[in-house]
Amino acid sequence: MRAARLSVVTAVTAVTALAAVTGCTSKSDAKDGDRVIGVTATDSTCVTSKKEISAGHLELAIENKGSKVTEVYILFPDDRIVSERENIGPGTKQRVTAEVKAGDYRIACKPGMKGTGIRQNLKVTGGSVAERDPRLDKAVAAYREYAQEQADATLPLVATFVKAIQAGNLEAAKAAYAPSRIGWERTEPVAESFGDIDPKVDVRADGLEAGQTWTGWHRLEKALWQDKKITATEKTLAGQLTTDLTDWQKRVGKAEITPTSMANGAKELLDEVATGKVTGEEERYSHTDLIDFKANVEGAQKSYELLKPVAQENDAALVTDLDKQFAALNTLLDKYRPNTSSYAFTSYDKVGAAGRKELSDAVNALAEPLSKLAAAVAK
Amino acid sequence: MTDTQGSSPTRRSLIGWGGAGLALGAAAAGGAVAMTRTGDDVVPAGADTGAAVDFHGVNQAGIATPVQDRLHFAAFDVTTTDRAEFVQVLKAWTEAARRMTAGKAVGEGAFGGLAEAPPDDTGEALGLKPSRLTLTIGFGPSLFKKFDLAGRRPDALVDLPTFAGDALDAARSNGDLCVQACADDPQVAVHAIRNLARIGMGKVVIRWSQLGFGKTSSTTPDAQTPRNLMGFKDGTRNIAGTETDRLKKFVWVGEKDGPDWMTGGSYLVARRIRMHIETWDRTSLQEQEDIFGRDKGEGAPVGKAKERDEPFLKAMKPDAHVRLAHPDSNHGTTILRRGYSFTDGTDGLGRLEAGLFFLAYQRDVREGFIRVQRNLATDALNEYIQHVGSAVFAVPPGVRDKDDWWGRTLFSKEA
Repeated sequence: MRAARLSVVTAVTAVTALAAVTGCTSKSDAKDGDRVIGVTATDSTCVTSKKEISAGHLELAIENKGSKVTEVYILFPDDRIVSERENIGPGTKQRVTAEVKAGDYRIACKPGMKGTGIRQNLKVTGGSVAERDPRLDKAVAAYREYAQEQADATLPLVATFVKAIQAGNLEAAKAAYAPSRIGWERTEPVAESFGDIDPKVDVRADGLEAGQTWTGWHRLEKALWQDKKITATEKTLAGQLTTDLTDWQKRVGKAEITPTSMANGAKELLDEVATGKVTGEEERYSHTDLIDFKANVEGAQKSYELLKPVAQENDAALVTDLDKQFAALNTLLDKYRPNTSSYAFTSYDKVGAAGRKELSDAVNALAEPLSKLAAAVAK
Repeated sequence: MTDTQGSSPTRRSLIGWGGAGLALGAAAAGGAVAMTRTGDDVVPAGADTGAAVDFHGVNQAGIATPVQDRLHFAAFDVTTTDRAEFVQVLKAWTEAARRMTAGKAVGEGAFGGLAEAPPDDTGEALGLKPSRLTLTIGFGPSLFKKFDLAGRRPDALVDLPTFAGDALDAARSNGDLCVQACADDPQVAVHAIRNLARIGMGKVVIRWSQLGFGKTSSTTPDAQTPRNLMGFKDGTRNIAGTETDRLKKFVWVGEKDGPDWMTGGSYLVARRIRMHIETWDRTSLQEQEDIFGRDKGEGAPVGKAKERDEPFLKAMKPDAHVRLAHPDSNHGTTILRRGYSFTDGTDGLGRLEAGLFFLAYQRDVREGFIRVQRNLATDALNEYIQHVGSAVFAVPPGVRDKDDWWGRTLFSKEA
């Protein structure tokens, strides 16, 4: 939500870029046949001509023999994309190139451009490779999948919100506002790693820089709750929100995620709560802060649960504490919703100073040990 | 290009390199006069005001210790209901206090550790001298309602009665425990409280806190007596840190005083006393001096020439502050004061939000603060002051050695 913020995720990107392998899709180089891996995709198979290749430049020669449009990816063990080619039509051929270091990779075909794809292992040999705990690779892959699911599930909810605005239906738009933000709030550290999207969709009035046009959720929030009217401007802005969030949905899979950035991302979600939600600044017109609050906690908990097996081994006391503090915060939050299967929370302007202090203490009690999670998974 | 691959410089190694530079800078700045805070060993301290005060002893440091220039006082509420967890906090606090008072950083330090994790120490005291930091812990009456401690609450730890003129703000009063941080450098005192609060997060939470400057009483009477914000010397007859007999008689809890766990401890009364500075400042000099019973320049009692001349109480007005507070007016009792001035900005009416943060140590609160404060009900000074915050704490004995911890005598089953 803070446009100028450098999230941990992006910081890690900047640092690891020193050792970057660049994915690219140009058709140059790789004249040597040894550097070409054939990929034959159908609607139910993904056959590769090689399972092993030495480090360096390589090229995928893809043929789609199926009936559906497909995508082909080269993936790191944690599902990060090395290189990809979308929209490979039935019966067509495409080429993808990449520069790879030694390590374990996957080649994935996605018939229908959906799901996690049909995968083949690819071992790249040569050089020394510092192995990461495969459990951590799995955790990152699962978290990446979670982030993608959240983005995928968000777009229809945003569509409902946007339709209501474009139909000029104030009440329907108000009802659809908070639900449309849940997926974003759950994965905010990942979302924020795309520095250009965040300021377009989640900036607040006080986060604007001079000359910046205010767009996104909170601008619409103000129109609905404070100005209480929908004009042509809001209808245009609603359309823009769809465009920007579609961009986010497409890019989530490419976000730089590491075990430590997952851990620190979880802590950042609590920081969001501590600085924005607990004060009521985030949703100052709609007072739907507790919904964001819950979503932030859920996102943090997801990240934590995935890292927990490794953290347990390295710092059992920390895991005990985190389990306890997550439970305590969730119990406290449940006091503010009549039905625990619903996201209908008490309007935050109805939560008094004592209640806010109690929430703030619970957030600090969780966020402080959570800040030690990165160390526990990096040991 | 994940961290699993390649061997280019990692963020951790880059940070580590930067950290080494910082450490060099710190050592150069601190010189060899006193040790400076680093993550590692310390250079031995010299005997200047920046030196370290020994954390260990029969009594806690920070009571009879020569009063430092600055204060950060914090009262905490205990939020955990788990006794073992609270004891862990006390042990972790002791270890951190042991390090900080020696001029060392908390835990693994403020830099050089894992790049992806927050450092153990917050770092703002790096390169600063120990600054005679003392950390003193106390347990409030409300703590004894927790962890099955009701039976161990000392009789002398009474709830303070309501005194005439009190206007106490609950948000600035009481607390399950307190930590008094005194140091010659305010940043060192603030750093100490901040790091303890951080360590205790989730188990204890700060209820209120107070910053203080300009000590208003001295435990070293040979030094110049400091002045309070009313411009008067304060603490001329205070108990000195070297007065073993008076300390034993009025400050330290003795073996027969009970309970056993308090032997070597003391009781602390903390009062936030707001001064009506503006009305005081337009009060005539004669009236100001009459109110105190001493002159403003020298600090001599009424009718005498020198500050330390024995006061003749009957020469003072019946409602003079010194007359009413003097041991002779209070069955011979006295208290050890180590208060500080405070200004917390303005109060919205254009008046200075300022006054005296009063800290008094005594062997028994009933014979100490309560007796004296009751006698001050008719104090002429009351027109210019108001007590707005209040708390009382049992201050346990000192941490004996490196295996001992704050509150062991109260919490250890075998003690």
